[in-house]
Amino acid sequence: MTAPASPPAVAAPPGERPALVVRGLRKSFGDATAVDGVDLEVRRGEFVTLLGPSGSGKTTTLRMVAGFMAPSGGSIEIDGSDMTRVPPYRRDVGMVFQNYALFPHMTAAQNIAFPLQMRRTARPEITRRVADALALVKLEKFGDRYPRQLSGGQQQRIALARAVVFEPQLLLMDEPLGALDRKLREALQLEILHVSRQLRATVLYVTHDQEEALVMSDRIAIFSAGRIEQLGSGEDLYDRPVSLFVADFIGESNILRGRYEGDDSGAGWVARGAWRWRVGPAAAQRSALATGAAAALVVRPERIRIVAGDAGVPGGANAVEATVADALYLGSDRKYGLTLSDGQRAAVREQRDEGRRQWEIGDAVRLIWSIDDGVLVADPAG
Amino acid sequence: MTESWRQPRRLLMAALGALTVFYLLAPTLVIIPMSFTEASIMSFPPEGFSLQWYERMFTDRQWSSGMVNSLEVAVLTAILATVLGTLAALGLTRGRFPGRNIVNAIALTPLIVPVVIIAIGMFSLFVQWRISGSLLGLVLAHTALALPFVIVNVGTSLRTMDRNLELAAANLGADPRRSFMRITLPIILPGVLAGAIFSFITSWDEVVVAIFLTTARFRTLPVEMWEQVRQVVDPTVAAVSTTLLVVTTVLLLLLLVVRRQAPAR
Amino acid sequence: MKIERPGRLRGLARDRWAVLVLPALVFLVVFFLAPLVTMSIRSITDPPDAGLSNYTEFFGQDANLRALRNTFWIAFLSTLTCLLVGYPYAYLMTIVPGRVAGLLLIGVLLPFWSSLLVRTFAWQVILRDTGVINTFLLDLGLISEPLTLIRTTGGVIIGMSHILLPFMVLPMYAVMRRIDPEFGRAAANLGATPSSAFLRVFVPLSLPGVLAGCLLVFVLALGFYITPALLGGLRDQMISQLIVDEIQQALDWGSASAMAVLLMAVTFAFLFVASRFVHLRDVFGSAVEE
Repeated sequence: MTAPASPPAVAAPPGERPALVVRGLRKSFGDATAVDGVDLEVRRGEFVTLLGPSGSGKTTTLRMVAGFMAPSGGSIEIDGSDMTRVPPYRRDVGMVFQNYALFPHMTAAQNIAFPLQMRRTARPEITRRVADALALVKLEKFGDRYPRQLSGGQQQRIALARAVVFEPQLLLMDEPLGALDRKLREALQLEILHVSRQLRATVLYVTHDQEEALVMSDRIAIFSAGRIEQLGSGEDLYDRPVSLFVADFIGESNILRGRYEGDDSGAGWVARGAWRWRVGPAAAQRSALATGAAAALVVRPERIRIVAGDAGVPGGANAVEATVADALYLGSDRKYGLTLSDGQRAAVREQRDEGRRQWEIGDAVRLIWSIDDGVLVADPAG
Repeated sequence: MTESWRQPRRLLMAALGALTVFYLLAPTLVIIPMSFTEASIMSFPPEGFSLQWYERMFTDRQWSSGMVNSLEVAVLTAILATVLGTLAALGLTRGRFPGRNIVNAIALTPLIVPVVIIAIGMFSLFVQWRISGSLLGLVLAHTALALPFVIVNVGTSLRTMDRNLELAAANLGADPRRSFMRITLPIILPGVLAGAIFSFITSWDEVVVAIFLTTARFRTLPVEMWEQVRQVVDPTVAAVSTTLLVVTTVLLLLLLVVRRQAPAR
Repeated sequence: MKIERPGRLRGLARDRWAVLVLPALVFLVVFFLAPLVTMSIRSITDPPDAGLSNYTEFFGQDANLRALRNTFWIAFLSTLTCLLVGYPYAYLMTIVPGRVAGLLLIGVLLPFWSSLLVRTFAWQVILRDTGVINTFLLDLGLISEPLTLIRTTGGVIIGMSHILLPFMVLPMYAVMRRIDPEFGRAAANLGATPSSAFLRVFVPLSLPGVLAGCLLVFVLALGFYITPALLGGLRDQMISQLIVDEIQQALDWGSASAMAVLLMAVTFAFLFVASRFVHLRDVFGSAVEE
């Protein structure tokens, strides 16, 4: 995916008071717990995405921040004030819904003017700010249209304009692009990013689409079963996932399961059957696994090199034997699906290079990767 | 389109359909021309053309007062039923309280219980409360009969409305009262109007309960008709019938127009 | 048990909505349920130590039993007639183009909302000895004496079916229009002839609507008063007419109340049995909307 360079991030330095602080947030519905202890700090100007599969608690968390649901426990602080029990119409947050929620009986301009009217802004001021908001989303001439006269993408931009016109402390977005097709989605992702950067807005964004999260966010919180599994930049999550869930959710990965054996040097091995793969000290320390624990070694497909089945293994590298099962041509890359001797599938991405050998289905090969490219995580299924 | 079901012999089906429509509309098609007859008995086809029976409707004390009473009762019923019913519909669709289903069922019972039973029950109790034979008593009775129509129509409007709109209104700073007035009400207005119109029509045409809750001094148009219909039948009855029909039809067409104008969801 | 700390926000909201229901609820309880309850009580307290005597007396009189039989019989015949006339009509509405279907719908809705009294009166004018049909046939010389069409069971059925037809058509149409035409195409693809597809796929799928329509019409027919009173003969009297006579002529509140309770019981019994097969709310809802 080749996106043009996004505008520079504008997050406030860590010393300043954070725009949003969520502590120990919980939400239960009878016996079911949707959100199970969430802690989050969002700095002013940051773009933080809540990412995860459906039912992971990300939308419920967002709705509690918006005030649509009362938490079962924990607290929510917006710009230093405790908002946990404050009704939604007295919080100063903007919200963009997945299905836009534009009032059908009002024109686009009237929709945008609504929050200003609620705040008793003077009429001339309202006119000016509505015009500014329309200009911001590049829909200056569409103010008099009704929502049903606008396309999906246009409706979403009006919804965005309505959410920012009153300059809220915090901007919440609940899968706003979910209802749009791919091309439109990508265009709007950048537009949302531009608008939020221009306004220096603090954004809390919910999505289940990891690519979207990676493109737009300063930091990403990965949700699973009501808790945040990992919070960090896209790079953190991709290169140093802390759990198998995160490794599997973000990007593609090869997962080599086995038993961890630590040694005195602080590093160790992952053993499975006849194989033993080396784990570097940094990776071992980050994983905090004890000897004998069920473990998984995670290697990204583009970090693996394919060599002939009888080729030697260079020092500082791990290896595993496999057979080529399929080869896909993907434009700039070639992607191979392989089968290991015990039946497990693996994937390797190699850039198309003149010098590179093209492997055929059935070739017996060896997969090689640098020890430092392997990430060690616990295997919950082990 | 159901082409594959059974491509019926078009003509047969069309003929059946036309026949049924004829069956459905025949009575009204007979009454209306009859009201314009010159003769003093009702005959079909009517003889000549005259508006004397319509004149009679306005000049005869009994008919004209009946019309005024019917109008009063129907308008008051529409107002009362719409207010009570809209509030109830809001509570039933938005609320989550125990016994909600029971309340829902109670709201529909006026439709289920045979109207004769309702009539004598109300007659018995209203006589004790001394409101039988009065405008108040009849309005209260008709409101009870009309409530289901309002509750169902407004309820449907509320249920099909996008709930996120109310959340959006709250998020944008509207407290519950302003959210209702500026967002919810305009959107459910077609449903509310439909309920009001049905309430009016229900009261305007209602005869059985009215028979018991009216007296010689205070009568509605349908009751007046009922008294006449079983004895002498001069064509004034036909004129009254036509008037009843015309009012109902106009209101229904109004309703269709209102529905078209709705901004949908 | 998991103890959930109730969100004060949520709790308040819940109560607030419930309060809105109170005015209508209280209204119905006072002005609708109370009359029914007091009447039911009256059936066993009028005369003062009546007990169940009103009920036993009812079943003791032939005229009453005949009325009970009439009520069921006429209601049944009306339902049958509505079914036979209404099913093709509803089906027709699903196969014609939208514009025509709209007109057919109006054809059903307009009478539906017109005064029951006016329509019954119209049938009286059409069916009586000097009425439209007889005058027409006499003038054409097809008959020499007027046919007795009014004050007969047939006359009552014609009138009642006319009034009840929309109650049959609307629920049936509501179900029929939701039957996916894909089923028809699938049946054709699997080798079914059009009539076979109709009988073995469409008709079974339309049964819930048929059930709902028949139920609605039958239950409503049981309680009819105006139409049988105007169009029926002395031998066609239905329960509702007996009830009214007891009050207006005999001033016997006890008997009338007992009969009313019986009629209510029969009505609810049918509804209860039917509720096992159809959603009552849908049945009555479709008759009340639009």
